[in-house]
Amino acid sequence: MTPAIVVEGLVKRFGATTALAGVDLTVPEGSVLGLLGPNGAGKTTVVRILATLLQPTEGRAEVVGLDVVRDAARVRAAIGLTGQYAAVDEYLTGFENLEMVGRLYRLGRREARARATELLERFDLVAAASRPAKTYSGGMRRRLDIAASLIARPRVLFLDEPTTGLDPRSRQGMWEFIADLADGGTTILLTTQYLEEADRLADAMVVIDRGRVIARGTGDELKAQVGGQRLEVTVASPADVGGVRDRLGPLAAGEMQVDEQSRRVSVPVSGGTETLAEALQLLEGSGVGVLDIGLRRPDLDDVFLTLTGRGAESETGSDAAAGRGDPPAGHEPVAIAGAAR
Amino acid sequence: MNALAAVVSDSVTITRRNLIKVKRVPDLIVFATLSPIMFVLLFRYVFGGAINVPGDVSYAEFLLPGIFAQTIVLGSTTTGASLAEDLQKGLIDRFRSLPMSRSAVLVGRTFADLGLNVISIAVMALTGLAVGWRIHSSVPEAIGGFLVLLVFSYAISWLMAVVGLLVRTPEVVNNASFMVIFPLTFVANTFVPLESFPAVLRTFAEWNPVSAVVQAARDLFGNTPAGAPVPDAWSLQHPVLYTGLWTVAFLAVFVPLAVRLYSRTPGR
Repeated sequence: MTPAIVVEGLVKRFGATTALAGVDLTVPEGSVLGLLGPNGAGKTTVVRILATLLQPTEGRAEVVGLDVVRDAARVRAAIGLTGQYAAVDEYLTGFENLEMVGRLYRLGRREARARATELLERFDLVAAASRPAKTYSGGMRRRLDIAASLIARPRVLFLDEPTTGLDPRSRQGMWEFIADLADGGTTILLTTQYLEEADRLADAMVVIDRGRVIARGTGDELKAQVGGQRLEVTVASPADVGGVRDRLGPLAAGEMQVDEQSRRVSVPVSGGTETLAEALQLLEGSGVGVLDIGLRRPDLDDVFLTLTGRGAESETGSDAAAGRGDPPAGHEPVAIAGAAR
Repeated sequence: MNALAAVVSDSVTITRRNLIKVKRVPDLIVFATLSPIMFVLLFRYVFGGAINVPGDVSYAEFLLPGIFAQTIVLGSTTTGASLAEDLQKGLIDRFRSLPMSRSAVLVGRTFADLGLNVISIAVMALTGLAVGWRIHSSVPEAIGGFLVLLVFSYAISWLMAVVGLLVRTPEVVNNASFMVIFPLTFVANTFVPLESFPAVLRTFAEWNPVSAVVQAARDLFGNTPAGAPVPDAWSLQHPVLYTGLWTVAFLAVFVPLAVRLYSRTPGR
């Protein structure tokens, strides 16, 4: 089967800044690719090039077999784009927004209206259909924005951080919509900084950081890269952290990670449940107040931490991005940022 | 769909979108009409008594074509601010990712702003009639007068489109335009006869296209005083032709430039 998206050696420089330093990726027709990375990694730049909004400095990109530079006009007819900021006209009603975009996709008036009605229903916006989008909540705007990008039944859909800034409930709803679309056969390229989101929605993942691909594969393959299980111990007082580290040293199959804030020590281990018993024995009589202890499969946060030497920034946005120039040194305690477990 | 039909269809869609906003935000139309009414009344009654116009014509008759010109030129700055706003909100990105004509967003914008200017002129004309302004020419000439004003304002809209696409912050576009538009509309025959100007300013004012627009409107409405001296400058002896030349030049430069900028301006 021909891939829906092919990107080869994509480089984009803005003046002295290199946003993309040679990115390759392929998305088979009908699949979902999660493009993962922290703020400033280059995710949006990839999407903007594929959506014909930017021209690459080097390399090439094809969408549905068409070159995004030479055949830009035909590419536009085949894609839908939802950017990071819901691009809806706030003075137009939900219906008017969709009708307008439908007309601009060259649908006939009747078809544009029929599609608008259909999508308002599907995205749960019927009650708000005749209200100006200005009155919509963040989640409703985002849904309207995605509905607009779907109006002409695009073969390829770009979703640039579709759930950033949404509350947990809206995020859940958005995931269901995206999963539905993927089931319907739409090829989707989804960018996200939420590892959980990619894990849940994407068939395959590409992790980029500072304009380079640093890992690719399915969620399970990526987790396998990090290795086996981890033993996690949460202690009652910060003073106990050191004691746990010393005691559990013999079990560690790799670098231990300590999250001072949540007083959690995470130890990569090679064994199975017997390790847990061993750990309990080691801690016994040490006077350490253990609140919680357990074995856990690595999740994508661990993948990220292992690959980049630092956690994925999930909530703090640009503040976190500002500090990302200096990754913590290997032996320093590393804070595990990211999704709560 | 052939290319021309596509441009027309997309432009109509965008014009409609822009006019819906006017409908939804009545403040826009209120301010677009209140300020011209205010200008008409202020100049007519505050300065009217102090400003002497040569020849046998009332100040109201002299003033109104000037107010028309100033207001629609100011009205055209909307084009720049609105485009900058669309850029800021990511709407231009959406439009640029659609398989629509590359010029439609600009054509639709400038036409909507032309529509607003038509409303402004109508309101001003009615206000003017109430305070003593009269048209003394024939109907075709009067229509010609309104057309000169509107066509010129349309050309200014394209200049403002370029400004909006370059500056990209609505507030800055507004401030920058006022810096240019105020001298341009005041150092002209808009409110006072040129005879009162110092020499250097007078030369500038004579060749200022706004003066020619005002002169053309006055001539076509029959508001030029019968006994007024014939202007020295060629530009004011042939105001319609001179305005036409500026209009063509503006459109020839700024339409292609704006379309080019639109096609490559990244949204943020």
